[in-house]
Order: sequence, then C-alpha cells, then structure tokens
Amino acid sequence: MKSTPPISVKSYVGVFVALLLLTALTTAVAFVDLGGNLNVVAALAIAGGKAILVALYFMHLRHSSRLSWIFAGAGFFWLFILIVLTMSDALTRSGFSFAAQ
Amino acid sequence: MPTPMRKAKPVIRWGSPSMSETSTVIAHQFDDAEQQREASTLGMWVFLATEVMFFGGIFLGYILYRSEYSIAFAAASNRLDIWLGLINTAVLICSSFTMVLAVYNAAVARRRALQTNLLLTILLGCVFLSIKLYEYHMKFEENLVPGAAFAFPAPHAPAAEIFFSFYFAMTGMHAVHMIIGIGLLGGLLFRAGRGRYSPEYFTPVELVGLYWHFVDVVWIFLFPLLYLVGRHL
Repeated sequence: MKSTPPISVKSYVGVFVALLLLTALTTAVAFVDLGGNLNVVAALAIAGGKAILVALYFMHLRHSSRLSWIFAGAGFFWLFILIVLTMSDALTRSGFSFAAQ
Repeated sequence: MPTPMRKAKPVIRWGSPSMSETSTVIAHQFDDAEQQREASTLGMWVFLATEVMFFGGIFLGYILYRSEYSIAFAAASNRLDIWLGLINTAVLICSSFTMVLAVYNAAVARRRALQTNLLLTILLGCVFLSIKLYEYHMKFEENLVPGAAFAFPAPHAPAAEIFFSFYFAMTGMHAVHMIIGIGLLGGLLFRAGRGRYSPEYFTPVELVGLYWHFVDVVWIFLFPLLYLVGRHL
C-alpha cells in the first residue's frame, strides 16, 4: 500500500516555475524572426517540452508503472502516425492542392 | 436463475458512509488497494488516449490547412490578442499547480489544504473561461466570427474564415472540457468536505487531476499554434 506521495512539493514548485519560464520564452521567441520554419519548430519544441514536464511530474508518469507508460504512449504514437503520414503525403505532392478541390 | 453472486459482495460497498473511517476500500475483483488504484489509473489513461485522438483529428486539420493557406492563416492569427492568450496560458499552468497540490494534500491527509487547492483550481478555471469569453466577445465585435457577418481584408477573407472556424472549434472544445473539469472538481470539493478521501483512498482526486492536466496540455499546444506561429512565416 502506497500512502506517501511519490513527489515532493519542492519538485512541483520547480516544474511550475519551469513551465512559466518556458511560456515566457515561447512568447518572446514568437516576436523574433528566426527565418524559414524555425519559428514553428521552436514553438512546437517548447510546447512539447512543457507537455513532457506536465506528463512526467504533474501526471506522475515518472513514478507510474511501465504499463501506464505504454497506455499513455499509445495515444501519442497514433497521433504521430496520423500527422506524419498525412503531412508526408500532403506536402510531397507536386502541383496538387487539396484546397482547390 | 437466482443470484448466486449475492454472497460474494464486498464487505464495504462503494459510496457507503463508513468509507472514510475504513483503511481500505477494495472492490471484490481486486487483490489489494494498490491493484485497484493501478486499474483505475490505467482506465483513465485509456480515456485520455481517446482524447488525444479526439483532439488529434482537429489538430491535423488545422496543420493541413495552415500549410495550404500559410499567409492567410498568419494574417488571421495576428488578429488574436497574444497577451490574453499568454495570461490564459499562465492561469492554466497555475491551475495545474494547485491541482497537483490538491492531490498531494489528499495523499498526506491535509483536508483543509486539499479543499483550498480544489477551490483555487476551480477559481483559476473560471478566470480562464472568463478571459476566453471576453476574447469571444471581442471577435464578435470585430466581425471575425465565421458566418454572414464575417469581414476580413480582401485577398485572404475565405481562408481567414477557415482559420477562425478552427479557432472557435478548437478553443470551444477545449472550453467544454474545462467546464466538465470544473464540474468534476466541484464534486471532489463537496466530497472532500464530507471527509470521503484519505491517504488510503484518494483515487478520484488523482484521476480528475490527470484529466485536468491533460486539458492543460491541450492548451499548451493550442496557444503556440493559434496565437504565436502566425507572427513570422
């Protein structure tokens, strides 16, 4: 029986501060022209980092069973397939615009 | 056929008033409290995986249309108030922090702190929804709501209307999840006041916490996609 919480308040505060700093960072970066698609890459990379922090510490995934990891990962794995396969099709067709249909 | 299972009823039934006094509340199909807790957590993660799929479809739609109409989407995105979006992101992160503190205090049997943090989470959720409502109001005023009254500078108008359709669908669906979450938190607050949770049994607090954090993660992606990435192409 587990009665002691797996993570201390101190680590929660650390994650909380990190999330706020990353939010400030992503907003600041949005005002700087990084050129090309780097702005999108930076914004999504920071969002991904924040999501991982929330999942690992706030959602206790770090101290959960490996089975929980598989369950949590499955959703994002299928999301990855959904987006990557669709976009690899949509972005590599020459002279075809789905929007023109 | 008679009911032979009647005798196999668990000693303590779910929702019985004696729940807080007992050290363990275990349904008959589980070996122990830890296994029961594990099963509940896994069930919640299965639900959250379906939620990832649910939001994933509309995210894919947004990404696809944005790649097609990148200039119009950037022009439309710049009509959103980046500062209100930033404040709301901070509000939601604060609410996730108070939520995690609520779970912690439930685990260490500090009932008053549990109630305070649940209440703070509800209030922060309401602040988020109020700011969102104000943003919606402004979009109505600026004729940026898709439909007959939609108005946008000439070359990008049709694609900008698609952007705002995505904006309202995505933030609206997110807001619906927030409202459901606030309702669940209200239920937790009520039951916490009646002493229903103990260090041995606080699974509902933990599971609503998972849901609340998930809704936070959805916004963590919505904020850059809708408000930020249109600043530069």
